[in-house]
Amino acid sequence: MNGVELQDVHGPSALSGGWRRMWELCLLISVTDFKRNYFGTALGYLWSLMRPLLLFVVLLEVFTHVLRIGSGTIRHYPVLLLFNIVFFGFFQEATVTAVGSVVGYEGIVRKTQFPRLAIPVSVVLTALYNLLLNLVVVIVFLFVYGVTPTWTWILLPVLLLLMAVFALGASMFLSSLYPRFRDIGIIWTVFVTALFYATPVLFTLDLARSHSRALARLIALNPLTPVFELARRWIIDPTAPLPGSAATGGLGPFLVSVALFVAICALGVWTFRREAPRIAEQL
Amino acid sequence: MDDENFLLKASQSMQHALQRAAFGLDEGEHHGPIESAPKAQRAAVLQAPPVIAVQDLDKSFWIPRRAARSIGFQLRHPSRAARYRELRSLRGISFEVHQGEFFGIVGRNGSGKSTLLKILASIYRADAGRVRVAGRLAPFIELGVGLNPELTARENVVLGGVMMGLTRREAARRLDAVLEFAELRDFVDLKLKNYSSGMMVRLAFALMVQMDADTMLIDEVLAVGDASFAEKCLEVFRQRRRAGKTVVLVTHDMMTVQSFCHRAMLLHDGEQRFLGEPEEAVLRYYRLNFGAETAVGGDERPAIKLLDTWLETLDGERIENPPHGRPFRFHLGAQARELLPEPIFSFQLVNVDEVAVCGFSAALHDDDGEPRSLRAGETARLAIEIPVALVPGRYSVLCTIAGRPGGGDTVLHDVRVAEFLVMGSEPRPGMVSVHSEVHAEVLA
Repeated sequence: MNGVELQDVHGPSALSGGWRRMWELCLLISVTDFKRNYFGTALGYLWSLMRPLLLFVVLLEVFTHVLRIGSGTIRHYPVLLLFNIVFFGFFQEATVTAVGSVVGYEGIVRKTQFPRLAIPVSVVLTALYNLLLNLVVVIVFLFVYGVTPTWTWILLPVLLLLMAVFALGASMFLSSLYPRFRDIGIIWTVFVTALFYATPVLFTLDLARSHSRALARLIALNPLTPVFELARRWIIDPTAPLPGSAATGGLGPFLVSVALFVAICALGVWTFRREAPRIAEQL
Repeated sequence: MDDENFLLKASQSMQHALQRAAFGLDEGEHHGPIESAPKAQRAAVLQAPPVIAVQDLDKSFWIPRRAARSIGFQLRHPSRAARYRELRSLRGISFEVHQGEFFGIVGRNGSGKSTLLKILASIYRADAGRVRVAGRLAPFIELGVGLNPELTARENVVLGGVMMGLTRREAARRLDAVLEFAELRDFVDLKLKNYSSGMMVRLAFALMVQMDADTMLIDEVLAVGDASFAEKCLEVFRQRRRAGKTVVLVTHDMMTVQSFCHRAMLLHDGEQRFLGEPEEAVLRYYRLNFGAETAVGGDERPAIKLLDTWLETLDGERIENPPHGRPFRFHLGAQARELLPEPIFSFQLVNVDEVAVCGFSAALHDDDGEPRSLRAGETARLAIEIPVALVPGRYSVLCTIAGRPGGGDTVLHDVRVAEFLVMGSEPRPGMVSVHSEVHAEVLA
């Protein structure tokens, strides 16, 4: 060990140990978590698929036959509904798991020095693997419902990236504050349910606009809205309006939602960096 | 509770293994008293370059005044001082650990030992001061290295390795060595939640050892399973010492400190009370523990200095742990720092539950059989035969040294001067084994 210089120890941080170690850890944790979810139960993967599918069947029944929205006015409504549910399910799964994740890893956080950021990142990655598997099913449905493939399908990774970045931003914020404010766990569960209805999952923004402009304007401010609108246009219906176009409420609300998107991600990074060094002490 | 006790006992046996490791190193060249083994190397070790350097370290915790961490409470009490009270955990700590050194940190519960180790391990961040470390550290903190009970041993070894800074491939390569060392090969795909606590600790310890780090940070407990595993650990420690690797050891076991450490630091209420010879650190620790009872007056040093203690068979062969059923002798050497008028040395042999099994005492006599005093600088050597067949288990010898009956002060009070295991293959009831003829017959 001769020649090894004394180096300053600054305590734990979000990224201590460098990117490579961080990335290795994230992959390892997320893959082990993913496997654990599926190999721990008898039907494994089927269960995680059942949840969105059941929700899909129920909502489809309610919205096309009971409430009769969507079915006529929205093209490929069933498959859009399924896609949206799966997409939002990713955000919900990632953030709800992330809230308690740092506390869940208490045993490791209190005993080992490692980049703390690895925890929320791997939570989001695990949810992302689930999403990818579910998307395979969605693609089958796309063909079943007769959606014609377009070149914009190759833009799907862009959508995934946007969702993953936003989910990570929110996860960083939630997971780093949860050790100090345990209320966040309950608040977030309620909030994310509300968000489900404030995001164009069951409906589209232009449909909402035709019913209530004020409501549509509010929904247009949601940072997730442009992502869902983009997804609809790129994957399911090329004739759907682009986010920011007049049919979805114009440029103003769109820019606000983009700004919110960036701001929430930045807030997540800032909070996590601030909290990471002392997170082990607060557990 | 049972688990904790089990761990505690296991850890104690491990610490014994450590002691033996310390002696093992010096076998053949040196058969001196317990404390001399590290002492001989101390000077050399202190010449080595530092691998841990700590300067003026401060660390406080903010303890919530109320357990509830609700936002409502936070809003009603916006100032931090109203919601939390500051607990100053470490104040002005400065020390260096040199390459190849076994460095002990002792102190009572809550003195800041574990916090210090966590700062060294970069788990906590220091408030002030500078901490520098050379090379890679392998921490073993709070009985583990951060294992996940939901994962199998295989997954945990890889994950733990990556956590501690290896690449995935490097960690996977160590899997065999870790399982071999932990003797858990048959349980590689069992989830850790199904492990016994002993198995879990064995895995954690094996993982820490196989990290092959430059410096080990070991907090309190080296809890491992059975004797054969303890032997393995022992061998690893000898190897580490030969390889000039550094170990920082936090412990309550004073015998380990005395027999193993080159130097020791005493922490009390977050302050560094002493840094230097382990024997002195141990004496001061005991004095803190027993408060005013231990030492006379407000003296810095007790009037008598314990030099060494050891056990031997009746044939004069030194042993660490007497086998069950054989009588043995307990030796103690003590040097007076000032005049002790007609001192009485009293000993209590206590078992692991701190229950006294027997007691014995001795006075010093001159050639005419009259009680004599011990003058400053004089050394008394006592050899006490223990003819009792103790049941297998762990025992300690507590020593009290007092002046002349009626007149003298208590110089030392119930200081633990020796610890040993009586080894036997099977547990026996009671405290001592008695060989008795039993006559039994069946009446028609």
